[in-house]
Amino acid sequence: MKIAFWPGCVSRGGCPELYPAAKKVAAQLGYELDELQERGATCTGAGVLQEKNQFLGDVLNARTFAIAEKINLPDIMTICSTCQGVMSQANKRMKSNPDYLAKVNEQLQEEGLQYKGTANPRHLLWMIVEDIGMDKLKTYVRRPLKGLRLAPFYGCYIVRPSGSLELKLHPEREDSLERVMEALGAEVVDFPGKTRCCGFPILTINERNSVQMVVNHTTDAKDRGADAMVTPCPLCHLNLDGYQPSAMLQANREINLPIIHLPQLLGLAMGFDPQDMGLKRHIISAKKVLTKLQVAA
Amino acid sequence: MEVTLSVRRYNPDDKERPSWWQDYTVDVERTASVLDALIKVREEVDGSLSLRCSCRSAICGSCAMRVNGHAHLACNTKIIEASQDGSKIRVEPMGNAAVVKDLVVDMKMFWDKVRQVSPWLQPAGPEPAGEYTAPNEAMLHLAGVMSCIMCGACVSDCTSLEVDKNFIAPAALAKAYRFVADPRDAQTVERLRMLNEYSGIWDCTRCYECVQACPKGVAPMDRIMAMRDKAMEAGFTKTYGARHTDAFVDSIEHSGWLDELRLPIKTVGMFNLPKLMGFGPVGLRALMRGKMPPIFHTPVPNVKNVRRLFKKVRATQGREQK
Repeated sequence: MKIAFWPGCVSRGGCPELYPAAKKVAAQLGYELDELQERGATCTGAGVLQEKNQFLGDVLNARTFAIAEKINLPDIMTICSTCQGVMSQANKRMKSNPDYLAKVNEQLQEEGLQYKGTANPRHLLWMIVEDIGMDKLKTYVRRPLKGLRLAPFYGCYIVRPSGSLELKLHPEREDSLERVMEALGAEVVDFPGKTRCCGFPILTINERNSVQMVVNHTTDAKDRGADAMVTPCPLCHLNLDGYQPSAMLQANREINLPIIHLPQLLGLAMGFDPQDMGLKRHIISAKKVLTKLQVAA
Repeated sequence: MEVTLSVRRYNPDDKERPSWWQDYTVDVERTASVLDALIKVREEVDGSLSLRCSCRSAICGSCAMRVNGHAHLACNTKIIEASQDGSKIRVEPMGNAAVVKDLVVDMKMFWDKVRQVSPWLQPAGPEPAGEYTAPNEAMLHLAGVMSCIMCGACVSDCTSLEVDKNFIAPAALAKAYRFVADPRDAQTVERLRMLNEYSGIWDCTRCYECVQACPKGVAPMDRIMAMRDKAMEAGFTKTYGARHTDAFVDSIEHSGWLDELRLPIKTVGMFNLPKLMGFGPVGLRALMRGKMPPIFHTPVPNVKNVRRLFKKVRATQGREQK
């Protein structure tokens, strides 16, 4: 099935292991990706641009949506909780207010683009629970994740604010990560931090606070017996994985909890080579996970 | 219908238990709220259960507590919504506050933070004969902030406050915005100067917990973001936060996407050696794992369209302001 794909900036920047892993897994699930960045789509603004100029952010996202509509692929796959949230919020504002949408479209006119309001950006995670379903997902499993204890970590923008994410309309989105992990054969380690902030947005502003969030979440999951943490958000990954060494220093204790991108987990269960999933490119080694699954690291 | 509440209890006089979970099953109407059920427990099952409530109509803000892990007013949280499948409802005191007993928390820190932002009008010039007036249009957008009932739900769930007790936190920051954006107030720049410091507007993680928790649509985080913009407009552009935002926007404008290699460098400053050296170990570890963002940052195709769009939007906004 042909689908528009927006990989976001971080999957091609700070987490370069995510982009190829996601493409491989999406192909296995039967998606033929039309990559919007190759057609000139831009960063969503990640909420940062929006704090300075929300209208400009909405115009940029409308532009991406219009590009997707133009190629007749209004369904857009995302692989980043932040992209997902920002796109959902922009879409909600434009779809619920025709006058506002018209104002946005005035800006796009010069480029010959117009956003009609039909785009439906959805995270790969949501597409799995909504379109593929758990029964079908299980048929892709070649390497069940038996015995693996995994803690979910959603990333703020895929769970809040619930209105623009339409969680009432799609209650299955709320525990999607846990259900996918279970369908792949893993055991879920629930912990209250799973929908809290990873700290990444204030990393360069207040590093101590940011790293303390990494400390709290990784130690909590670890102390509850998790072998690894799984996230659909590359920004969370940057902080939880990249700054875990700083967290160990700040907390003065050993943590070493591998943080796995959702597509990497799917790929592992599908039987792909861990190397192809970029599992060697993490700051906190994922070797323990592979050993537990009896896969050569 | 029958409902089971699992209540987090605490009694300072009980030296045996720091806190404990206690289940109560009561029969309530289908339309009942969590507060209705708690009052029924207190009146009919266990008179020792302490909670705070008054109006039962989401006006007074007394009954904020955590229901299933997130802050809500117990009075406007329906049992059928909190427990769609008939499972137990977890009820706890608010977070980020010292518990006095059971579901009652000490609001001292909350009020201290509100006081910290000088939440009163500070006009300049001679006192008018009557009231200080403002045009209706200038006050309309403040209606949302003014509907705050000081329940503390946003503060309960604030992720930044959880790691830093000095953070001014969402309720007081939303209150600050109410005066920063009031045309009658003469202390706007001074207020922004204070809020621009550590523990102020830039320490918010943008996690949306406060927006989600607020029962009145105050959306504190959106107000904090608006104050970031106002602070930058007022010339406070030297903080890491302001520089991060500027560098971020520049990157999208010039290449269409994020240049993650240069963003942190521009944020802390090219000549800020101690900070830059702090990136060393992280950068080195990333390099060793092949995790570096591309050194040559290539713009998206037809990036000139993006640059033109930035100019066009800004020009339109400039015209509208005039």
